[in-house]
Amino acid sequence: MSLKTFAGGIHPPDNKEWSAHKAIEDCPLPAEFIVPLAQHIGAPSVACVEVGQQVAKGEEIGSAKGFVSVPVHAPTSGEVVAVENRPHPWGTLLPAVVIKPDGEDRWSTELQPADPSELSADEMIEKVRLAGVVGMGGAAFPAHVKMSPPPEKKINTLIFNGVECEPYLTADHRMMLEEPERILQGAALLQYVLGAEQVVIGIEANKPDAIALFEKHCAGTPVEVMPLQVKYPQGAEKQLIAAVTGKEVPSGGLPMDIGVAVQNVSTAAAITDAVLYGRPLIERICTVTGPAIREPKNLRIRIGTPLSHLVEVCGGLVEEPGKIILGGPMMGFTQLGFDVPTTRGTSGLLLLRAEDVVSQPESPCIRCARCVQACPINLLPTTVAAYARRDLLAEATEYCAMDCIECGSCSYVCPSTIPLVQAIRYGKAAILAKKRSSQVS
Amino acid sequence: MLAAILSLGCIGLIAAVALGFAAKKFAVEVDPRELAALEVLPGANCGACGFPGCGGYAKALVAGSIDLNQCPPGGADTVAKLANILGVEASAAAREIAVVLCQGDNRKAQVKYHYLGLEDCTAAQRIADGPKVCPGGCVGLGSCLRACPFDAIEMTADGLAVISREKCTGCRKCVAVCPRKVIRMTPYESVVHVLCNSHDKGALVRKYCQVGCIGCNICKKTIPDAYKIENFLAEVVYEQDAEAAEAISKCPTKCILDFSVAYPDGSAQLPAVTDKPHAA
Repeated sequence: MSLKTFAGGIHPPDNKEWSAHKAIEDCPLPAEFIVPLAQHIGAPSVACVEVGQQVAKGEEIGSAKGFVSVPVHAPTSGEVVAVENRPHPWGTLLPAVVIKPDGEDRWSTELQPADPSELSADEMIEKVRLAGVVGMGGAAFPAHVKMSPPPEKKINTLIFNGVECEPYLTADHRMMLEEPERILQGAALLQYVLGAEQVVIGIEANKPDAIALFEKHCAGTPVEVMPLQVKYPQGAEKQLIAAVTGKEVPSGGLPMDIGVAVQNVSTAAAITDAVLYGRPLIERICTVTGPAIREPKNLRIRIGTPLSHLVEVCGGLVEEPGKIILGGPMMGFTQLGFDVPTTRGTSGLLLLRAEDVVSQPESPCIRCARCVQACPINLLPTTVAAYARRDLLAEATEYCAMDCIECGSCSYVCPSTIPLVQAIRYGKAAILAKKRSSQVS
Repeated sequence: MLAAILSLGCIGLIAAVALGFAAKKFAVEVDPRELAALEVLPGANCGACGFPGCGGYAKALVAGSIDLNQCPPGGADTVAKLANILGVEASAAAREIAVVLCQGDNRKAQVKYHYLGLEDCTAAQRIADGPKVCPGGCVGLGSCLRACPFDAIEMTADGLAVISREKCTGCRKCVAVCPRKVIRMTPYESVVHVLCNSHDKGALVRKYCQVGCIGCNICKKTIPDAYKIENFLAEVVYEQDAEAAEAISKCPTKCILDFSVAYPDGSAQLPAVTDKPHAA
């Protein structure tokens, strides 16, 4: 039987054998938590605690500002020792709340479990917002926004993303194996809130154990388990929708425009915690892996744990890493050092050796069109990149630069090592900046 | 053979007549002054005047809608010629040139990471605010050099843009392209500049740059009229900088430079680097 998938894409070595068989371990508390206030797409939160204040686990320490924004919570009980700018995974110094744990790990008494049968959909959405739940696949888009589509946009199909197509990462895989109930409870809650008729869990075929387990759990329920072909970027929202429904999200549109909503399986689990137990999103599963770490692990980490602590917990470094990447190798962010903290979007910490990071000089385009074949959204990466590099923004826009999902497949296949996705990203930023400045004037 | 010559000849003849007729009939009246003005303009089409190229500027001049001194690259010479052509009195605007207010090259300023991406300052700036620790200094990938229509900018071996005083015409293309706004327009007569663009506190600046302004106020104390300090950054007050050079020897980080001494021939060529690389 041929498995469903999308057009284009690439097949990078998945390297998941480093950590796929390792059960999730609880990461011990670090000496200090650095909780960034900007962890999601949208307006950053504003600190609502003062230095010296005692906070309990799950207490709000940063309040949301605007609709596309979520609050931030204390990962453990302890004392606020600083509210200041700290190194952030985005590469700059950004405001963060620094907490020194008191070791008691005492939950805030304000968090109360609730009976979902007594809650309305709006109350559930509010609970999710207050819990600070964001999309945990990496983009960190606030979940409550996706849960409240405008009334004229009816969601028919709800898709849960258990694809995890990024090489090396196994956090979602382990979560599906070890906590299927949490995911399925969240799936049922989301189905209730959105009123979706069809619920699908998409899992890449390289996780047969997870597929078998979910098929067992979902037997007799409306949830359909759909094995998908192993291909990158199968887990990207638009590609997952194409594979599952055969429909295409219109250019510049959102999945809700074609009646589809997508949530990551980890997000579903976080929604369960938020609605049923009133618990905010303060922990997640994170894969610490790569050739430069002694003991690759899947860890249950608190948000705000410094990377240096993760390295310590995983037995230290084999050698000085050539590259520190937060997230997966395809779309993750290279870090300047180990002093940055993890955020809600941190699905993995990848440590590569210097010899794994090969950088070749760029050579001219040979018109082989491999990037065109690889592009999962049917762009002409070489053309868009060429326009972007010459600042021909109108032409780049015409060639749909803004539809690029920045998956990096084009740069991966390019035999001339042209920084295609880098150039397109630059072009996209320039187009957005131009749009903003023309709106202002 | 003969038929071919005849038929082609006829076609040629008809086309010649048609073209000749069209040239007379549809001729566009061009003010001869416009052509003369275009002749004396520099022809770099840099856009500093605010019109699309030299042609657009010449047209606007003849239409009489603007001043004659809108072409910085042309300078006083061009203004005089234009005044002559148009039969009006005009004086040139004071000449301004661009200066890179930074001395922190890759040896003197600390670098956060080794950048391998696109050779473009704006692209590098998008990745963790650029490879240098300093938030204001020159990114050093030469976007200004590529934007300069007059070949007035050079990159030093250690990644710092330096603008030639003589070649710079003041067209401001580099000012527009620089993502960090480290290039400033200054009066040509002013040769003393504070070469720093970091508003960080002194202690922080010292950590990441050997030649950054630490806002110590010594220059202002020495020559109060010629300097002002804002947000821990000194700046030359260009209207009254006659004695500014006297503070140079007092500056503890040597971030004030007299260009007439450093580059007596006006070229951008930097003196050989003699100091040690900045310890990371």
